[in-house]
Amino acid sequence: MREIRFHGRGGQGTVVASQILAAALFREGKQVQSFPAFGVERRGAPVTAFLRMADSPILLRCEIREPDDLVVLDPTLITATDVTAGLKPGGTILINSASSPDHYTDLTRRFRVATVDASDIATGHGLGSRTQPIVNTAILGALAAWSGWVALESICAAILEEVPKRPEANVAAAREAAAALRRAAVAVHA
Amino acid sequence: MKKVIIGNHAVSWGARLARAEVISAYPITPQTQVVEELSEMCADGRLDARFLKVESEHSAMAACIGASATGARAFTATSSHGLALMHEMLHWAAGGRHPIVMANINRALGPGWNIWTDQTDSLSQRDTGWVQLYCETNQEVLDTTIMAFRLAETVDLPVMIVLDAFYLSHTAEPVDIPDQDAVDAFLPRRQARFKLDVSDPHAFGALVRPDSYMEMRLQLQEAMERTRDVFDRVEVEWQQRFGRRYGAVEAYRADDAELLLVTSGTITSTARFVVDRRRERNEAVGLVKVKMFRPFPVERLRALLGGARQVAVLDRNLSPGRGGIFSEETRAALYDLPEETRPAIHGYVVGLGGRDVTPTVLDEIIDRTRASAVPEREDVWVGVNP
Repeated sequence: MREIRFHGRGGQGTVVASQILAAALFREGKQVQSFPAFGVERRGAPVTAFLRMADSPILLRCEIREPDDLVVLDPTLITATDVTAGLKPGGTILINSASSPDHYTDLTRRFRVATVDASDIATGHGLGSRTQPIVNTAILGALAAWSGWVALESICAAILEEVPKRPEANVAAAREAAAALRRAAVAVHA
Repeated sequence: MKKVIIGNHAVSWGARLARAEVISAYPITPQTQVVEELSEMCADGRLDARFLKVESEHSAMAACIGASATGARAFTATSSHGLALMHEMLHWAAGGRHPIVMANINRALGPGWNIWTDQTDSLSQRDTGWVQLYCETNQEVLDTTIMAFRLAETVDLPVMIVLDAFYLSHTAEPVDIPDQDAVDAFLPRRQARFKLDVSDPHAFGALVRPDSYMEMRLQLQEAMERTRDVFDRVEVEWQQRFGRRYGAVEAYRADDAELLLVTSGTITSTARFVVDRRRERNEAVGLVKVKMFRPFPVERLRALLGGARQVAVLDRNLSPGRGGIFSEETRAALYDLPEETRPAIHGYVVGLGGRDVTPTVLDEIIDRTRASAVPEREDVWVGVNP
């Protein structure tokens, strides 16, 4: 079983991100369980969402305390909240950020870190506003390119299924973010 | 068709496939998504029902009763304080023998103000005459919603489907959504035995004097007694058509178990995980899941729990001044067993107001039970801050 935690702010589509990823993994034959942190969400406030994936039925129905992977939709949360709480040693963190992973040395010492400028990509595709871009689909595209455990095509199919407004623009954002992350990975290894 | 959906939408799908004709509701967290989705289904024509947005939960149930009295299939959903506000009308629905189906999302009652899961809201309605069916998964929620109409309309009693706030209501997981044609074959249109009809006038709800009231209550009790067998028949037919069955009571790895956990709702799933781990270590631990709370499955529980050395009942609810409600009911059900087969019953109060019930909590309960030959107290509170 793999456990993933999403950190975002109300209005960025954090809970929907975990639901799209669940739908994508389900298309690949996985068992999935996706849920928000059980609270009272407000626009702009920190929001957390969770996903469990497994090959066999998922029996645990309790919160996720020691995730394998983090997806951070807003980089300001890294200093504002304890995003890495409980993250397993060597776990992965994908951050929506214009900076390179080197900018997060405190995190790279303990975890595997990747970044993608999902805000810029989402804005380019007219998703949300310039001050409040909806970055969930872009960052999922990058996750597919980086993680190795979910295919970009599954993410795109799930977006078409789950996103009611402008699904094609969201798919385009996911594809662009995947390409951006692949380019960055090549640059690191070169 | 398999889809990844939240528990609240599993309820909406169930009501839609059951072709509910009147839906009357008032929003409350964490239930709102149930009726929000149903209102959209009504608005865009996927469901041909009259959707009534009323001014309170009391009115929601009153409207369901009126609709049901005309022979319509009526549905509503609520939670916590909304259910409490319905209380008077719940008696009316059951006493009037209206086969209304309602989903209640378990949520704590305030103060302290709390939107998280706790069974005390539905269990507080124990004596209203509603059948109560608790669910563990979103698939069970959808299946039970449809079966509830069939059950209600067979025994002329209202049925409450109960699911945990957030752990089911807001959790998305794969659900097999049956075809409409298959559901139609399982659940034909309602044929009311008695209904309000201007061409054949009858009075409903007239004064009933002491010379007849007891007979009416006896009929209500007898209908409840019949419900146990009718539920089994409904489930057998559901299984034949859709391949799934839950049972009023389910035994899980209970054979030869020395210690049996008694659970309901989503705690059951996490408890299965813990039981599996204990069995790998050759520990004789099993569990019994209680789905049906009213009518209480007394004989089933005697058969399954009798002979175990110890029983640990988990209660995510509280009757202040008495303790956990499932443990109290279980003790009463087992009291008549001969002493040599009667287990020691350990009650545990856990997870109130949505506090997480983790494998660690369940392991503590198992270890404490095994370490005490006799119960420490009637109810031990686990996971409470000192």
